[in-house]
Parts: sequence; C-alpha cells; structure tokens
Amino acid sequence: MPNLKDLKNRISSVKSTRKITKAMQMVAAAKLRRAQEAAEMSRPYTERFNAVMKKLAASVGDAENAPRLLAGTGDDKVHLLVVMTAERGLCGGFNANIAKLAKAEAADLLAQGKTVKIITVGKKGRDAMRRDYGSYFIDHVDLSDVKRVGYADAQAVAEGVLKRFDAGEFDVAKIFYSKFENVVSQIPTKQQIIPADVGDTEEVDTETFYEYEPDEEAILADLLPRGVATQIFSALLENGASEQGARMSAMDNATRNAGDMIDKLTIEYNRSRQAVITNELIEIISGAEAL
Amino acid sequence: MADTVQFDLVSPERLLASVAAREVSIPGAEGNLTAMADHAPLITTLRPGIVRVSGPEGDKEYVVTGGFAEISGSSISVLAEQAVAREDMTQDAYKAMVNAATDKLAHAQETFVNEPGPVDEAAKLLSDMVAIGDHIGLSAN
Repeated sequence: MPNLKDLKNRISSVKSTRKITKAMQMVAAAKLRRAQEAAEMSRPYTERFNAVMKKLAASVGDAENAPRLLAGTGDDKVHLLVVMTAERGLCGGFNANIAKLAKAEAADLLAQGKTVKIITVGKKGRDAMRRDYGSYFIDHVDLSDVKRVGYADAQAVAEGVLKRFDAGEFDVAKIFYSKFENVVSQIPTKQQIIPADVGDTEEVDTETFYEYEPDEEAILADLLPRGVATQIFSALLENGASEQGARMSAMDNATRNAGDMIDKLTIEYNRSRQAVITNELIEIISGAEAL
Repeated sequence: MADTVQFDLVSPERLLASVAAREVSIPGAEGNLTAMADHAPLITTLRPGIVRVSGPEGDKEYVVTGGFAEISGSSISVLAEQAVAREDMTQDAYKAMVNAATDKLAHAQETFVNEPGPVDEAAKLLSDMVAIGDHIGLSAN
C-alpha cells in the first residue's frame, strides 16, 4: 500500500495538472472564437470568387489554349502534396489525422508509380511525416511566428507553389487540411488546387452574358493564381479554427480525467488514512490488554 | 428603373462594405469606369486605385490594390486583394504599399532583363500607387 505522503503528493500534482489543462482549455476557447470569426469573415470573398471562377471556366474551359493552371499540364506523373498542420501539439488527434490522410494519399500515389513531392506547413505535420516520407520533402513553411494568419501568409505559400509549377516541377497539387465542422468534429480534407477544380460548370447560369475587360483569357490568367492563394488562405483559416476546436475538446477531456483521478486518489488516501488510525488503535488496545 | 444597386466590397480577410449605392466608380484595368443601376453585366480586373461609392448614405472612398469587380444589373461586387477605407489609410500603411511596389519593380528589372512586359507592368503598378497617394494627399516618400 502506498504510504500517505506519496498519495498526498500525487493528488497535489494531479491537481496542478488539472489547473493547467483547464487554463489551456479556456485559452483555446477564446482563440477558437477569434479563429471562427476570421474564417467567417473570409467566406464572402471565397464564395464570390468561386462563383466568378466558375463562370469564367465555363466559358473558356474547353478551349485548347486554356491556361495550364486550369487545364493541367496534360500529365499526372508528379504530385505535390501540401500538408498543412499546426505549429503546436496538445490538440488531440488534429495533427495526426491530417498526417494520416496525407500518408495514405502518398502511399496510394507511390503504389501507382507516381512521383510524390511534399511541402509541409506547420511543424507538427513535418514531424509526423518525417519518418515515413522524409525523403520526399522539398520545402517547409514555418508559421510559428505568425500570430494571426493573414492573406499575405497564404500568398507567400501560394507563390512558392506557383513558382514550382511554372518551373514544371509537378503536375498536380493537393492541399491537406482539416475542415472545421464544429467544436467536436474536424474533418481532415484533401483538396486539389492545381489544376483548379472549379466544380460542376454545367449548373452555371448562362442567361447573363458578361462582358469581360480585358478578355476572358487575360482575366482568367490573372484570377487563377489568386484562386490558389484564396484556397490556401481559406484552408489555413479552417485549420486554425479546427486546431483550437480540437485543443479545446482535448483539454476538456484531460481536465475531466484529472478530476476523476483526483477523486479516486482522494478515496484511496482517506481509506489508507483510516487504516492507519485503525492500526494504531488496535496497537494501543492490545497493548493495554497485555498489561 | 431602380436607382440604387447593391454594392459589396470584400477583401479576403473581411467584408468591408455592403450598402445600397447610386453610383460606384471603379479603377478598371483598362480605365476608370462608373457603374450605376442596370449596368450591362461586366467582369473586369482592377488596378490599384480608389473605389468611390455614392449612395443615399453619402459618399465613401476605399483604396484597393488590385483584384476584380463583377457588375450586373442589380449588384456590384468588388473583390479586392487588399482594401482599406480612405480614412483608415495612414501614411505608414501607404508607404508600405509603395515600398512593396518599388521592390517589385526592382525585382522585375533584375529578373526580366530582356523582357519589357513584366517590368512595364511593375512600373505601372508603382505609378498607380503614387497616383493614389496624390489623390488622397499622402506622400510617396
């Protein structure tokens, strides 16, 4: 039986752990609200942007000289995976889930004989992927100094990707991130960004004829790189909200577990304290009887 | 005929304005244009400049740095890469934008030695930026 002193120490250590996890949970809750707001703020832009892209793609999409960002390179040998995760851990399965999805995709592509290149955004994803796919890493984007993800950060990532595309380093690019559903569920998602996936172009309303200034091709050429940045930006924001949501529920669980443990330990402590008292009494009584 | 249109100005980070407007003047890539209700549907890219909105609630100006605009008979949406209300535009923020444009020009001049295209574009971007400064009374230096 552990002695009383040890039990007391354990209880106080679990208590301070609970304090820490509780504080982390509250910080995550506050950050989550901000991250969610940011994600919501960016939604109008993304929605409109996609609507216009769809219209343009519908009118140019089939043309032979469609931009490569839309039509692709005509090949799909080299795949670029952009794996976006958090910079910090202690957020449940958040990072692991994204890494798992990316690993499955990489394994799948390799099995098909394709070449895989990986860019990681966020330290945790890099660590998770390094053991199995470290040799495929070509770049890493560090966002640990960034307090609030801005459009400029997304643009920087997009520029790096586009530069490689122009240099012919890959044919298809996909991003991996976690979609924020609600606090308890974040869905790891993959999304193709190059060639641009504009969705079903058939449902576009063809009633209104838009005039284009300059012409469609020029606008499309201007818009497509922005589209990549926009998609990365919204993925980063979703990721930010998901990370905080995941951390909040992970820390909530940890707090609850610590509470349960304290209860259990306290019962054990009280029991052994009583056993000690009983023992002492027995000793005294038997001592008195012996006289 | 309706005399106002729905005007929305959005940047990737937020929605800056969503108001009814009588007329909106937009710095289009091929020249400034003013759109009013029942304008013919048009999609145009923007160059850096000032978006001016006049509506029942008064006039307002925004500095934008490129992006595009979608105009239809009943609504005008400006999707700007960066957008700031004119009164929020500070000398420092403006300076940063001008510096970014200057860097871009220097970079273009270095990278594209024998191709005038990108260099001219960057030069135009810079002069557009300077023109904004003149308009709102901030100095580029």
